[in-house]
Amino acid sequence: MAKVLLPTALQQYADGSDEFEIEGATVAIVLAQLAEQFPTLKKHLFSDSGELRHYVNVYKGAEDTRNLEGLETAVTADDELSIVPSIAGGVSAPVKPVSTLPPPIGIIDAGRVSETTLTNEEIKRYSRHLVLPEVNIEGQKKLRAAKVLCIGTGGLGSPIALYLAAAGVGTIGLVEFDVVDVTNLQRQIIHGTKDVGRPKVVSATETLHDINPHVEVIAYEEPFTSENAFQIATGYDLIVDGTDNFATRYLTNDVCVLLGIPNVYGSIFRFEGQVSVFWGKHGPCYRCLYPEPPPPGMVPSCAEGGVLGVLPGIVGCLQTNEAIKLILGVGNPLIGRLLLFNALKMQFRELRLKKDPKCPICGENPTITELIDYEEFCGIRGEEAPAETMDNTEEITVKQLKARMDAGETLTVIDVREPYEWEIGRIPGARLIPLGQIEARSNELDPNTEIILQCRSGKRSADALNRLKAKGFTNLKNVVGGILAWSEEIDPSVPQY
Amino acid sequence: MITLSASQIEAIEAHGIETFPHECCGVILGEVIGQTKVVRELRRLDNVHEDGHERRYLISPDEMFQLLREERTTGVKVLGFYHSHPNHPAVPSGYDRDWASPWYTYIIVSILDGTPDNLTAWVLDDDGAEFLPDEILSTEGGA
Repeated sequence: MAKVLLPTALQQYADGSDEFEIEGATVAIVLAQLAEQFPTLKKHLFSDSGELRHYVNVYKGAEDTRNLEGLETAVTADDELSIVPSIAGGVSAPVKPVSTLPPPIGIIDAGRVSETTLTNEEIKRYSRHLVLPEVNIEGQKKLRAAKVLCIGTGGLGSPIALYLAAAGVGTIGLVEFDVVDVTNLQRQIIHGTKDVGRPKVVSATETLHDINPHVEVIAYEEPFTSENAFQIATGYDLIVDGTDNFATRYLTNDVCVLLGIPNVYGSIFRFEGQVSVFWGKHGPCYRCLYPEPPPPGMVPSCAEGGVLGVLPGIVGCLQTNEAIKLILGVGNPLIGRLLLFNALKMQFRELRLKKDPKCPICGENPTITELIDYEEFCGIRGEEAPAETMDNTEEITVKQLKARMDAGETLTVIDVREPYEWEIGRIPGARLIPLGQIEARSNELDPNTEIILQCRSGKRSADALNRLKAKGFTNLKNVVGGILAWSEEIDPSVPQY
Repeated sequence: MITLSASQIEAIEAHGIETFPHECCGVILGEVIGQTKVVRELRRLDNVHEDGHERRYLISPDEMFQLLREERTTGVKVLGFYHSHPNHPAVPSGYDRDWASPWYTYIIVSILDGTPDNLTAWVLDDDGAEFLPDEILSTEGGA
């Protein structure tokens, strides 16, 4: 039977005892039995709707069961459960005092506003803005005069560009080199089914002109790189970051710091998003928050990690809101504040960010004074980088793999993707060992036989190959192009994702 | 009923002044004699006061777990908690009540513009629905 320890505070409701022996397979069952025995105690442990009360925490040994499986945490006879009250309090729920919010900052000077005029058609179009005292005709002229550069027209870039255009931002620059793929349409709402296969900038420009013909759209159909970044970005009032990779994110940050303009940052992953305004002149920059990029492969891309389609819509709209506030010079900008959004919990949290005086680009003694090689900084060379830099003898194409299978060879093929990807489709005979477990489970592999590693695109399996090599394996091969290539060249019945 | 000496009250006030305009908090330790909580020690705790925390613990579950362990080994009981209300009266907030545990005494000191105002003590009623004033028995000596 498990031992249950009660704090002094609750002993009065349990005949004054502080220790009980109770049988039960889970925390829920043990607590239910205890509550059954002492009805008054039950009232203090559970709310009327039967949920554990706010202040009640249950520890198994020294571990908070909230960090285990909560009420479903398994209990054995040797376990000791402690009921631990947690104590919170204060004047009110923790809301930052209004006085500490950053003051409004405007980025469009009066001279440019006075040079701008609105036609009668525009005045009618923006009438819902014009009746807002915070916008009115002055603000609408600021929007008209504003030049905003949007990096990317993907999940974030779609709502950003759409709302900027609808709001009447006079000049919108779009940087994008990709073409529309059918897998984009689940979230990249600036493009439609008819656009599959077309360049994203072309499709996006058309949509923006349809929404608002008064907007000048400048399309840059090229990747945003150290070579062209200044040429593209100079003259814009702010940049909205809709990038999906660390190299471009650091590049965007550095360009903004060096040009002295705000960087409206947003990022998404699976069900979570982040938003901030990085502006070296007035607060921290992205490097103050993340001085170093994560090791390559640590953070999966949307393609690998997945993303809830509506999430970039929400995060992109939050970014656009900040961009418009900076243009109008109203409200409290998200400077020095990182907004975290969880779509599953439907929770917003805010973290205070401090400017790092030692920041290599926006700090007191900057060491970065010009753009650097960001792919090198992030330890990558493009999407398929690890595969490209790999020794050819460590690669196998899907055609070679199929030929060897057809010849009747018994091969060890290890699929290093996640189980849910494995459910979507797999190469016959492959075994699943997710990348994160590959080192711990390397003892399941025979170092004397050839081991063929495979993932979705060949990137994670290249990582797995290097990890196994470090463990002393010598006979390793990486399937070039992964299961995508398998679907493309060998078995189209395996779905691509 | 809870005993508090003048120097113990001063110690709580001093803590509230130090952390003003932020809240301070601490744990009250001692023994129970009859129905009276006799305070032997006031221990300062670092209030979690960072933006972005979903809730403000006077004391985290992990800290509380350690205190209860200590209680079992030393016999010195956790009697309650104190915290300050900067520029706010010394009455429990709804937030205080929602997160309160029965039995413990909650001492609140109001600090107005950096100067201590009222000091009050509270304990939850039997239903856990409302805070009732807990009587403070002034004692001399001991801190």
